[in-house]
Order: sequence, then structure tokens, then C-alpha cells
Amino acid sequence: MTEATNSPSAGPMLSADGTPLKKSLQIALRRQKLRALALIAPLLLFVLISFIAPIADMLFRSVENEIVSETVPRTVIALNDWDYDGGNAAAPSEDVYAALYVDLSEAKEFKTHTRLGSRLNYETTGMSSLLRKTGRGIGRMDTNGYTKQFKTLDPKWADPAVWVAIMESPGVADVLPETASAWKSWQRIVVTKNDVLAEEQPEDFIYTMLYRDLIKQPATAITSYTGPGSDMLTKADGAVDGFESVSLQAQFVGIDKNWGNAEIWGTIKAFSSPYSAGYFLSSVDLQLTPAGVEKQPANQQIYMLLFGRTMFMSMVIMGSCILLGYPIAYLLSNLPLRTSNLLLILVLLPFWTSLLVRTSAWKVLLQQQGVINDILVWLGLVGNGDRLVMINNQFGTIVAMTHILLPFMILPLYSVMKTIPLTYVRAAKSLGATDWTTFWRVYFPQSVPGIGAGSILVFILSIGYYITPELVGGTTGTFISNRIAYHISSSLNWGLAAALGTILLAVVLLLYWVYDRIVGIDNVSLG
Amino acid sequence: MRKFKKPAVDLIRFVLPIMALAGAGFGFLVGTTNGLPLAGTAIGAVCGVALAWVLATYVPSKRTGIAAATVLFAIVGLLLAGTGGVVGGLVVGFVLGWMTYWLSTGSYRASTPIYATPGQVLWHNTFKFICGAIFFFLIAPILTVMPLSFNAENFFTFTPAMLSFDPSGYSLKHYRDFFTNPDWQQALKNSVRIAPAATLISVSLGTLAAIGLSQPHVPFRRAIMAILISPMIVPLIISAAGMYFFYSRIGLQGTYIGVVLAHAALGIPFVIITVTATLVGFDKSLTRAAANMGANPVTTFFKVQMPLILPGVISGGLFAFITSFDEVVVVLFVGSAGQKTLPWQMFTGLREQISPTILAVATILVVISILLLTVVEVLRRRSERLRGMSPG
Repeated sequence: MTEATNSPSAGPMLSADGTPLKKSLQIALRRQKLRALALIAPLLLFVLISFIAPIADMLFRSVENEIVSETVPRTVIALNDWDYDGGNAAAPSEDVYAALYVDLSEAKEFKTHTRLGSRLNYETTGMSSLLRKTGRGIGRMDTNGYTKQFKTLDPKWADPAVWVAIMESPGVADVLPETASAWKSWQRIVVTKNDVLAEEQPEDFIYTMLYRDLIKQPATAITSYTGPGSDMLTKADGAVDGFESVSLQAQFVGIDKNWGNAEIWGTIKAFSSPYSAGYFLSSVDLQLTPAGVEKQPANQQIYMLLFGRTMFMSMVIMGSCILLGYPIAYLLSNLPLRTSNLLLILVLLPFWTSLLVRTSAWKVLLQQQGVINDILVWLGLVGNGDRLVMINNQFGTIVAMTHILLPFMILPLYSVMKTIPLTYVRAAKSLGATDWTTFWRVYFPQSVPGIGAGSILVFILSIGYYITPELVGGTTGTFISNRIAYHISSSLNWGLAAALGTILLAVVLLLYWVYDRIVGIDNVSLG
Repeated sequence: MRKFKKPAVDLIRFVLPIMALAGAGFGFLVGTTNGLPLAGTAIGAVCGVALAWVLATYVPSKRTGIAAATVLFAIVGLLLAGTGGVVGGLVVGFVLGWMTYWLSTGSYRASTPIYATPGQVLWHNTFKFICGAIFFFLIAPILTVMPLSFNAENFFTFTPAMLSFDPSGYSLKHYRDFFTNPDWQQALKNSVRIAPAATLISVSLGTLAAIGLSQPHVPFRRAIMAILISPMIVPLIISAAGMYFFYSRIGLQGTYIGVVLAHAALGIPFVIITVTATLVGFDKSLTRAAANMGANPVTTFFKVQMPLILPGVISGGLFAFITSFDEVVVVLFVGSAGQKTLPWQMFTGLREQISPTILAVATILVVISILLLTVVEVLRRRSERLRGMSPG
């Protein structure tokens, strides 16, 4: 085709409508490609939305940590200047406490301080109760002293409409930065309650910020302001130096003495960035402390144990599947087709039977008042008093999962063994090899690809198993997936669940990559 | 092999000792249940030898011999242990009778070459026995569930009444419970509402995409395939976690639509795999011929392509259906109490040990899966036949 179009003597070959053949072929090819893509597109879109997006969301949640910087944004900024310094640092400055005061005054109204508390409680115990306690106490702080003093100075400070006029005039944010910032919080609170801003008496934290601004700003800055209420501001600026002041630090420490603790501030600072590796560290039994990455206390190190157990038990299940599956696959591949098809039904029936049916069958068989124990007692092999404990432990999980996953070992092994020509075996035997040598040196090496395919399949399936370990695993036979489920539905630590899931997903994808290299993903067969 | 004369089997030195061992084994079992293991073993051995000798010497017809031994032992069982003993007697009699002929006629070495050494024959038969045991391991748990579902008591094990085949030990009450209990009926209804909808989505979209994927020159074919197959690769708990997070973000968590979407996504890989496998053998010249005769693409698809790939589509659909019908992990998280499906109800039942109604449901599900397995197998054969018919 290309030679024809490129041949110089004939010039470009033309198709029926006069366009060069090369070009019209290209158009046809493009049209073909587009048609194929158009057929695939609906499904691809569907899978992307209903499946890939959820997975991406999970990956995102495993590092997402916006709750701290969203709930206490001013505190996070104010803490930039503060250094934990290995726990030697003193409690942060009054500015930080002022920022926290405003942040929590707003968070309290939206009840987000409890969510922040439960998030930080995963890292440092006591944070949850600390924040709840503070949320309750923050409205009763002595800062109402400022409010009274301002109102005494000029009764107009009690008028919400005056406040609105001042705070909405341009340029006020330069003169009174902290008050303007706090006012925005106040605005959100009032709007959420469906109240009118001009009718609601501002809360103490607004007056506190006004006091702080007036103290901090030079007199020239205040006098440069010419908007509404400038006379009130100038008057107040002259008077604030005589006001009785309240230490916010002392107020917070009065609510809970932990607010003077550098550990608490270190935790807030360590988790202040919107993305954090904290969940991943927790999933490998480390923790992000103010002083850096540390090991979890020994009594809380469970994830490495669980990962290790998941790996170990999957290995055992894989091993027993090889042991039980190999003879069956060998038998099936060496029998006449009619017989082997009949026997294959015995393999496919469990494969097709509901997972829960098989799990309940094992529960029936293995439990202490179950069928196997009854038979053993009836035979007199085991006393009625000391029935075997075969369920709710590792043994139960291994037996039930070996049974459930055995078809996934047998089917790939069978399809590989069917292709091994028996002539090799006969040749080896006729050359004088013993049965064992023939099997081990000639047959077995040819069946290794089948073992590889089946093993990886069984291993991948078993490390992600949830239902069977949950039902027959008890406490010693559970997998990492049970922990993920626990964090989603019981402890509600979604970030940690997402991080554990991400690690598990990475392991599975790595194994699938290996599987693809060995077998090819297209060769997945369904029996 | 038939041409050779079968080597004679030594009755005294080979058959009788083995039968003595077999008889002793059964005798030991019967003896221990009666508290007399030693006496049982001895009596069993004597019985085994006597039976083997009588059958091998005087009853040349295999069928008559086995029948006689079975009936004899059944009667002995009846006398010793009542109705329950009959079954034991039948089994022991059949096994001993069959074994006698298996050994004495030399059929135990029929499937090994004539030159095989005794060791090889022994190994061959041991291997068969091991395979039998593994098959037993595969099937027995499922078969145990079935009789237990007719238990008259609320136990998860065989009662003495069941073992002695007392009709009062059996009842259909667990089935009755399943069909009258509102919880189970609601669960069944939910399953029946969710699975077909999910199957419909995955089959319709999946078949189109499979046809697209089987065209030559599909750009990014491997990447697209990887994405479409991924719901099968990713462990269910991870899919469930991701869907729970994402669907609750967009307000689909705990809704019927959410569960259907999730199940449809899980079923898609099965449809893709089965339908592309069917399309591999599809003869493209058929569609070209149809187009040549003036059929438009839609007609070609429905009149020519669809009938030929229909078996693959249906079996893919069955896979998708069973995936949804069987699925519990994802629905546990994505669904709420209003979407409680049959597997979910079983899961809670198993965790809290409510009632053996679970076993009745399990039996029904096993029967359904046997039916589905048969349908898929028939379709597979039919698809191979259809593809064999098409030229090229």
C-alpha cells in the first residue's frame, strides 16, 4: 500500500472520489478509531464516575487535612512565628490566643470545633475533650469587661447599626485589621442564624479585637480614618490605655490548663497544613508529633501486626491452595475429557455458590456445637467437655478461605496443565527416569506458570478479603480489611481508613503488575 | 490392554488382608461409638474377611454381590441401631462389597499400565484417594447445609431425631420463616430490585464497549481495558470504602441509585471479558456481507452480530447478575437499611446467630447457582457451536 502511493512514476494513487488514496485511507482509519471510541465512551465514562472517582476520592482523603486550617485559620497563621523547639518552648504569645479566641468563637457556633477535636484526638489524646470544654466555656470568658468598658465610654458602641456602618466603610480593614477579620466571622454567624446584622448585639470577641487593635495601632493610624464613627474611634483610642485589660492566655488556661501546654500547640501546628502524611504514618505505627515522626506507643502498634498477619495468612492460604489444587488439576488434565468435565463441575459448583453460603457452611461445620465436633464426640475421639475450638481464630479463617479460593487455584493450573504434552513424560520414562525424576524434572517445571498464576490470584484475592475473616476470624483471624471497615463504620476515622486502603491498593496493584508480566491480564478466564 | 489376560489376584495373601483392614476400620468406628473399640475392631476385621471370601468365591456377579452385601449390612444396622443404623449399614455394606470386587477382579489396576510395579499401582490409587478427599473437601460443606436446613430445631447441627430419620426431626419451618418473615421478604425484594437494574446497565454499556474494543485500531486499548477491568482487580473493601466516601459526598450514599451504580460498576468487567472472548471468534466478513447487501449498521448489529454473540452477552449478564446478587461488602457501605439485600441479611444473621433460616436461604441460593451454572455451560457450548459454524 505504501509502496504504491510512494511510487514516483505513477504519482500519488487516487481513490474513486479523486482524493489521494493515502489521505482517504487515513480518513477511514480515523473514522474507524472514532467509531470504536464512541462505542467505548459511555462505559468508560460510567466506570470513571462510578468507580475511578471514588477510588481517587479515597486516595485524596488519605492525605487531606484541611479541617485544621479551615476551622482555626487565624490560629494556624499566628502559630507560624511560634516554634515547638522540642517541647521546650513556652506557650505561644497573646496574639495566638487572640486568634484562637476568634476562631473558636466562630467554630462554636457551627459546632465544627468538635469535629476538629475528634480529628486532633487521633493524634494526641485529650484534644477532643479539650475543645469541647473550650467550646462550652468560651462564651463565659471575662472579656465581657471590654464590652462594658466600651459601652460605658460611649453608649453608641452598643448600637449594632453603628457597628455595621463602621465595619462596612472602606479602609477600615487597614486601620482595625483584627476587628475587621473578626467581624467577618460575626457576619457568617449572624447570616447562618437568619438574623439581621444591624439588629444583633456583637459578641464580646468583637470588642476584644477592637481593644487589641486600638492598643496596637499608632494614634496616627486611627486619626487617619475618616469614615463613619471616626469620632468614636478617636475617643476610644484615647481611652483604651486606661481600660482594665484581660489576659486571653489566662482566660484559656482558666478553662483548661492544657492550653498552656506546648504539646497541644505543637500538635495544632504539626497538623496545620492542608495536606498531611499523618494518616499514612499512623497506618505504619508511626505518629507525627510536634517533635517530628515518632513510633506509636507500644500498646497502640497494631497496624504493622495486622499487615504482617494479613500477609502471613494469605501466604498460608496460598500454600494450602497449591497443596490441594495441584493434585486436582493434575487429575483433571490427565483424565479423558468426558470424565474431567464431570469432575470439573465439582470445582465449579463451589465457585458459583454464594460466598455467604460457603461461609455459613463452615460456620455450621466448625463451631463448637457444630457438625465436625459432634462427629468427633460421637466417635469418642474428643470428650464432650473439651470440644475443639476451630472457629473464630486463625484456623477457621484459613480453612474457610482455602475452601473459598481453591477454585481460583485449580482453574488456572488446569488450563496450564492441559497444554503440557504427555510425550515429554513418556520420553523421560523411556530414557530411564524414575517416576519421581520424571515428575520433578520434566512435568513440574512445565506446570510452574500455572502455579504462579494461581498463587498470585489467590494471594491478591485473599489479602483484600473482608466477609469471611469478619464472620469466622474472631479476634486473631482478622485481616487489615476488617480494620478498614472498622474505621469507616465504627471509629469514623475516615482518613486512616483511606490511608490503610491506599496501602492495600498499592500492594494489590503491584501484585497485579507482576501477574500481568507472568500471565497477561487479558488471559483472565472465568472457568 | 484388554488383549492381555488379566493377572490373577491372590485372594488369600492380597484381598483378604486388605479387606480385614477395611473391616477393622469400620469396626473401630462402630465400636468406639458403643464404647468397645477393641472388640469392634476385631469383629469388623472378621466380618470384612468373611464377606470378601464369600463374595469372591461364590458370587461372580459384581452387581448381585454388592447389592447383597449392602442389604445384609443394612439389616444388621437396623437391628443394632434402628433407622439411623440402616444408612450406616447401607454405606458400610456398599463400600465393603464394592472394595471386594475392586480388589478381587483386578480392576484396581485397570487404569495403570500392565507393566506398573505394585508400588506404582499403590501410589496411583493413593493419589486417586487423595483427590477424592479434596473433592470431598470442596463439596461436603455445601452439601451439609442442605439437610440441615430441614432441621425441626433451631440448631446449626444434626439432632438425634434427624440422624435416626425420624420424620418429626425434619420440618419446613425455616423455609416457612423465610417466606413469611418481613425482614427476609424485604431483603429478597431489595435484591430482586437491585440486581436486574445493575445487570441491565452493565450488560448494555458493556456489550457496546466490548464491540468497540474488539475493533482493530483502538487507541489506548490497554489503558482503557485496564480501567474497565479495574473493578474486578481492586479488593472489594477498597471499592466499598472509596464509594462510601465519594457517594456520600455527592448524596448517593444510602440510596437505591447509589447501590445500583456501584453494583453495575462491579459487574462490568465480567461482561467485558465474556463478550470480548465471544467476539474474538466473530467473523467480520459477516457484517461486511450484511452491509454489502444494504443493511444499515443498526440492522446489521441486531440481525447479524447480536444473534451470534448473544450467548456471550447472556453469560456475561449472568455473571454480572450473580455478582450483584451475591455482593455484600459494597452494599453494606453504600446502602442503608432501606437497601438491605439478601446477602446483607445473611451477613447480619451469621454475625448475630439469629436463626437457621440462613441455612434455608443458603439451600435456595445453592439451587439457584446450580441452575445458573447449567445455563452458562449450555450457553458456552452453544456459543462454541455457533462460532464453529461460521466460516474462517
